[in-house]
Amino acid sequence: MKSAPLGVFNYMPETYIARSTAIAARMLAGEMMVMNSVNSTFFTLNEVATAIWQAADGSTPLRTIVRERVCAEFDVDPEQAESDAEQFVAELSSHGILLVSDHPLALESAR
Amino acid sequence: MSLMAEVGQKAFNLGVPLAVHMDVTYRCNERCVHCYLDHDDHGEMTIAEIKAALDQFADAGVFFLTLSGGEPFMRRDFFEIVEHARRLLFNVKVKTNAVMIGEAEAQRLRALAIDTVQISLYSHRPAVHDAITKLPHSFERTIRAVKFLRDRGLKVTLANVLMTANLSDHSGVQELAAELGVHYALDPTITPMMDGDTGVLALRVPGEELPALFRNSALVASQEEFCAPPTPPTDQDLEGYSCSAGHSFCYISPYGDVFPCVQFPLPSGNLRRQRFVDIWSLSPQLKEVRSIQAKHLQVCSSCSHVSSCSRCPGLAYMEGNMRGPSTADCEKSFYRTGVPTANMLRQGLSKPRTTAPLVQIQPLAVPA
Repeated sequence: MKSAPLGVFNYMPETYIARSTAIAARMLAGEMMVMNSVNSTFFTLNEVATAIWQAADGSTPLRTIVRERVCAEFDVDPEQAESDAEQFVAELSSHGILLVSDHPLALESAR
Repeated sequence: MSLMAEVGQKAFNLGVPLAVHMDVTYRCNERCVHCYLDHDDHGEMTIAEIKAALDQFADAGVFFLTLSGGEPFMRRDFFEIVEHARRLLFNVKVKTNAVMIGEAEAQRLRALAIDTVQISLYSHRPAVHDAITKLPHSFERTIRAVKFLRDRGLKVTLANVLMTANLSDHSGVQELAAELGVHYALDPTITPMMDGDTGVLALRVPGEELPALFRNSALVASQEEFCAPPTPPTDQDLEGYSCSAGHSFCYISPYGDVFPCVQFPLPSGNLRRQRFVDIWSLSPQLKEVRSIQAKHLQVCSSCSHVSSCSRCPGLAYMEGNMRGPSTADCEKSFYRTGVPTANMLRQGLSKPRTTAPLVQIQPLAVPA
C-alpha cells in the first residue's frame, strides 16, 4: 500500500514574513512610518499593522503572529484578523517592504 | 494633503524632530567660490560620538537623516557612520560632490539602501564647474560618479546652486540631468562665510535676474499661481509658523552644536555636553523659535506677502532679528509678483536692498 504524500492531509504551508533591509522605519505617535528607499513608497501603519510589522522577524509564522500579537492584544475576530493580515502582508510585500516566504528568513530589527 | 505632508504636519504639531541634517565634517576636497565654510578641522565629533548621537536621534523619533559636509567622504569612517545610521533604520540622504565616489563606493551605498544621493553640479560646462569648485577635473569625476550611482539604481539629484558665475547654465544642467536620467534641483541661495565675510554675497543672482527664473516653465511648474499678486492674509495665516526649523527639524555641526537649521545659526546646545532630547525639549533658543507665529513678525505681519512669502527665519536671524524680515526673501517676493513688500515700503525703496549685514554659524563657546 502506498502512503499518502506529505501535505495531502492536514497540511497548510506556513507563511514567514521579514522586514526588508531596504526600508527606513520609525514610530511616530503610536504609528510606524515605513519607507522603501528604492521606490520611495511610504506607509504609516496603524496599531495592529505595527504589531505585525514588529513581529515580522522572519522566523515566526504569520499565523502565530496573528494569534499571539493581534488576537491576544486587540479585540478582533480571529478569521477576520487572519484575512486582514494576509492582505496587509500582500500589500507591503508588493512594495518590497516585507519579504514573504514559506520558509524562515533573516532580517534586521526595527527600532 | 499627501501622506508624507500629513506625517510632517503631525510631527510639527507634536514637536517631534522628524528630520535632522548633520554635517559630519567641514573639510572638503573642493574650494567652491561661494562656500561659507571654514574647511579646517576644529575638533570634529569622533565616530563614537557620532554613533551615540545617531542612537539619540533614533530614540527621539528622527526618521529623515541627511548626512553632509563639507565633503562627507573626507571622513575615512564615513561608511561606518552610514552603516550605523541604516542599522537604526533612518531614511538616509547623502549630500556630496561625489568626487570620491567610485564603483565600489556606489555599490556600497546601494547595498546600504540610501534614499538619495544629492550631488552638487554647477554647470554642464566642465570649465565653468571646475572654475567654481577650484578642483581640476572635478566635473569629469562628479559625472562619472553620477553614472556609477545611477547604474546601481540609486536615486540621484543634481543640486544646481545658481550664482553670477553660472547664471546662464541652469538649462544646460537640467538637460544634462535628463540625459543622465537623474533629478535636478535649483538653489539660488548664497550665504555669507562663517567668519562673517559677506564678500561671497556678491555672487548672488542679482534680483533683476529673478523674474526670468520665476517665469521659466522648466523651473517653475505653475507660474501663474507662483507669480500671482499676494492675497490678504487670513487669521489662520497669521497664526501660522515660518517653517519646520526648530519645530520638527534641526541641524547638527561636526562639532556637535545644535542649531534650528543649517541656515539658522542660532546656537541651541551641544551634543558633547547635553543629551539630544534635552536640547530638543529644553533649549530656550529652540523654544523661542517655536513661539514665533506670523502675527509676531515685526514688519512682515503687516506685509501683503505674509501668507505666500518664503521668508526664512534663519536668514532673518542672520540679519539680526529672527522676528524681522529676510531681505533675500523680500527680494524674491517682490520680483515674483511685482508687488512691493512692507520691508521695502518702510524704507522707501522701489527695489529691494540686495545685501544685508549677516552673521554665520560659529561653534558654541565652550566654558573654560
